[in-house]
Amino acid sequence: MKFVNEFRNPKLVQALIKKVREYSSTPIKLMEVCGTHTVAISKSGLRQVIPNSITLLSGPGCPVCVTSHRDLDRAITLASIPNVIITTFGDMMKVPGSFSSLSKEKASGKDIRVVYSTLDALKIAEENRDKRIIFLGVGFETSAPTVGQAIIEARRRNLKNFFVFSALKTMPLVLKALIDLGEVNFQGYILPGHVSVIIGVKPYQFLSRDYGMPGVIAGFEPLDVLQTILMLVEMIEKGEPEIKIQYKRAVSPEGNLIAQELLKKVFEPSDADWRGIGVIPETGLKIAENYGDFDAERIFKVETPEPVEPKGCRCGEVLRGLIFPYQCGLFAKACTPESPVGPCMVSSEGACAAYYRYNKL
Amino acid sequence: MCLGIPAKVIEINGYMAEVEIGGTRREASLQLVPDAKVGDFVLIHTGYAIQKIDEKEAEETLELLKQLGESNGSGE
Ligand code: SF4
Repeated sequence: MKFVNEFRNPKLVQALIKKVREYSSTPIKLMEVCGTHTVAISKSGLRQVIPNSITLLSGPGCPVCVTSHRDLDRAITLASIPNVIITTFGDMMKVPGSFSSLSKEKASGKDIRVVYSTLDALKIAEENRDKRIIFLGVGFETSAPTVGQAIIEARRRNLKNFFVFSALKTMPLVLKALIDLGEVNFQGYILPGHVSVIIGVKPYQFLSRDYGMPGVIAGFEPLDVLQTILMLVEMIEKGEPEIKIQYKRAVSPEGNLIAQELLKKVFEPSDADWRGIGVIPETGLKIAENYGDFDAERIFKVETPEPVEPKGCRCGEVLRGLIFPYQCGLFAKACTPESPVGPCMVSSEGACAAYYRYNKL
Repeated sequence: MCLGIPAKVIEINGYMAEVEIGGTRREASLQLVPDAKVGDFVLIHTGYAIQKIDEKEAEETLELLKQLGESNGSGE
């Protein structure tokens, strides 16, 4: 595939690995924020071949994983409303909530459908005018515009039976929260490439300016990741922190302005509850007043009991970069992708799932 | 969930496009990248193009990577 294979060129990968070895003198820790990076790095085998002096920590960038137990319970409860069809990305299905999961609800006869795109959810709404279709909006800035676009489209097509439950979140301020927590000492961020396609560079600039934390917006192929590591090592060794773009073929400094406008129009910033971290102000995307008739939260007021977190699951610590998945006592024992205890093992982008598949010790 | 897959725009019908991803054809919305044209490469995320891929930047990145690779072992 064009723009993929070139960035996997094995000879060049070897040369760059050598280069990283030469360059890195002092031990450093870098955090790969994005779940897609976690998987890409594990899958390509890079985790094993980069020098020991460089530690890659996983971060809070798996949308399903950071969805709080309360939000999860509410999403699952929505499925019990009569005459409702729940539409969701597949990753959400098996995540165990306090009392049930979407797949258990589906097995018990609820109408829950996995869609590939919000376009599919709209189609279902159009074909089932007598039903109410709720799309579970889980994701970051990459996905949020596709959810916003669906809402605009629903209004244009006069679809009064389409609703969105928004647990959408935004990235930059959680990166600040992690530094403020001060639990993990890391020296640089590998920043999420596809979130940045939308938001550009500016929202991250406080990291280097106010915190002296360098960051590189990275692509997802092995050569992208290696070049990113080199760029970070260089900034760290020179003591010149900046926010740079490695993934220039897709990320422009200003980002996708049309998508940004759309987000401003359809959503407003709100508090968001992050698993393992707690409530972070202004990191959620609530549906704006003007589009309130599409807001599942306003229309269907679901009450859920106090959430019950899975016992022994350390997913929250994994998401803060505090522990590696294999440091959780349940990893690969009581908790496997077939019978997951926590969301980090369910989502294809969860660090526990990625380590289980590719880096099981 | 933040996957983005490179695809080539084959045909445009209104705001929808037929795109080719590694030999297979799919439908994608161009609403977030309205200036995409036939022949352009775009990144597809869950059925929507989210950005055009800049071929020139891709080449420059590759060139830089090659130089980095070649500068290896300069000390023999
Ligand atoms: S291995 Fe399972 S139980 Fe342990 S932290 Fe990961 S998801 Fe939670």
